[in-house]
Amino acid sequence: MAVNDTLEGTHKIIEEARAQQSKLNPLAPTVNDFNQELTTLNLGPTHPATHGIFQNILQMDGERIVSGVPTIGYIHRAFEKIAERRPFYQITPLTDRMNYCSSPINNMGWHMTVEKLLGVTVPKRAQYMRVILMELARITDHLICNGILGVDTGAFTGFLYLMEEREKVYEIYEEVSGARLTTNMGRVGGMERDFTDVAIQKLRKWLKEFPAVMAEFEKMFNRNRIFMDRVVDVGGISAERALNYGFTGPNLRAAGVDYDVRVMNPYSSYEDFEFEIPVGTKGDTYDRFMVRNEEIWQSLRIINQALENLPEGPYHADAPHYYLPPKQAVYKNMEALIYHFKIVMGEIEAPVGEVYHSVEGGNGELGFYLISDGGRTPYRLHFRRPCFIYYQAYTEMVTGQTLSDAIVTLSSMNVIAGELDA
Amino acid sequence: MAEQNEESPAAQETAAALDPAAQKNAQLLDLLNRLFGADTFTDVEEPYGLLTVTTTRERIHDIISGLQQDQELQLNFLTTMCGIHYPENEGKELGMIYHLHSLINNIRLRIKIFFPIADPVVPTMTDLYSTANWMEREAFDFYGIIFSGHPNLIRILNVEDMDYHPMRREYALEDGTREDKTDLFFGR
Repeated sequence: MAVNDTLEGTHKIIEEARAQQSKLNPLAPTVNDFNQELTTLNLGPTHPATHGIFQNILQMDGERIVSGVPTIGYIHRAFEKIAERRPFYQITPLTDRMNYCSSPINNMGWHMTVEKLLGVTVPKRAQYMRVILMELARITDHLICNGILGVDTGAFTGFLYLMEEREKVYEIYEEVSGARLTTNMGRVGGMERDFTDVAIQKLRKWLKEFPAVMAEFEKMFNRNRIFMDRVVDVGGISAERALNYGFTGPNLRAAGVDYDVRVMNPYSSYEDFEFEIPVGTKGDTYDRFMVRNEEIWQSLRIINQALENLPEGPYHADAPHYYLPPKQAVYKNMEALIYHFKIVMGEIEAPVGEVYHSVEGGNGELGFYLISDGGRTPYRLHFRRPCFIYYQAYTEMVTGQTLSDAIVTLSSMNVIAGELDA
Repeated sequence: MAEQNEESPAAQETAAALDPAAQKNAQLLDLLNRLFGADTFTDVEEPYGLLTVTTTRERIHDIISGLQQDQELQLNFLTTMCGIHYPENEGKELGMIYHLHSLINNIRLRIKIFFPIADPVVPTMTDLYSTANWMEREAFDFYGIIFSGHPNLIRILNVEDMDYHPMRREYALEDGTREDKTDLFFGR
């Protein structure tokens, strides 16, 4: 066995080299001086643990992160620019592609923004239907985040359990809108169609089966020694810093601030439902994980209430200027044909004005700031994307931590590249 | 709607006074005028219930910092900010729009500033809000607005060697020379 095949041997060689060098030139930095030398490490852009395309150039001191430079924009698709040339209904597919883990929330948020601008009131049934879909979307969003956090800590089982449930939710989406991931769900003025019997059946079946799976997942993780060792006190942020960084959603609530758009500015009849806002105390990875778990339970509560009290009535507003007439009527009825043509060609009359509307997205306050000049397209549309805003705190949160902590911190922040780059 | 119109203006005023959102906006406007002087703000509006004021870039930093420290309404959450371009407004082509929010009192405020495109320099908010960092980089990237005092004002979403600011109105989204897409009937 050669001398440098053992750790002691390596150390001995380094010591000898150091001693020799300091004899020749005492002022020069020594070779292999691990106290002074930093390693540059590229975390991303296509690192499997970043779950999206963004880069962090980290300066590492051994296993510790000294500093980091985040680079984003790898999937920037200029949605704000594209939106300036599209009629309102054509912007819905753009919103799908922001936070693609919870597309229905983005869709509904956009519809509500336009409805606010146009002054359309959506009937109660459509509002409840939207609440059901938005809460399903929140659950899938949190399932992804917490499932992936499990994978990043080495527990693949939980992820598989949750993905199966997410798949079932996607089947409900499919039954409601025809699409699974980029849903393009709902229309300005309500929903595009009523829930079918199959959709209701699937939803009821899922509501009955899912809690057991979720309880099993929680049993696997919540008090698991190995998991807790990896996530407790990792990547924490104080409430003050979180607010200063513009955190919203589960990440802010984990830090102990009970801000939730659904409660503070209720939209789509959220004031009718009883639910609680879970908050954490330290804002670390474990708190974020627990807040998301509890939010899943609260979302289930909301869905159950909405489904039990689903009002009878129309599923869209009586707004022929903005809501597409039924296809049968278009073939037979002159007025319906005219409205159909005008809506599809984007010739609806929009008032001049500016409106800000925000909804509680999967990972925070998703805001739409729409300036209309009365034309067929928005004059300016700005998306307040929670990911973009809170991801800038990442460097501060992981500085001084180890690389493996940085990975779980990133997972638990639920940074979705589509929303980050828009 | 018809019934409301028949009511006397006085009755309408009382109705407005009782509306909690309008009341909060009046309270906020009163605070703004008290802290910074009534002549600081122009174009005071309430589109869709959100108080909107316009001010100048010389005052914007004082105002946002004053509101952050103010203990009465505590507008200390910067929800978002974005740039805007109105090419036909001579001397006020570019703008920045700030959305502030008080998480304690649930009041929102929108502040706008406008400035010439030839001199697009505005003070940074990064010393007040860490979140302003990337928002300002985005506004720089999209509109070429320069934030004096920003620690790292480089492009954020577009590539670094891009030599124009794409959200400005002169850059049409589609190729303007194409004729196959011209719509002669609707003029767009």
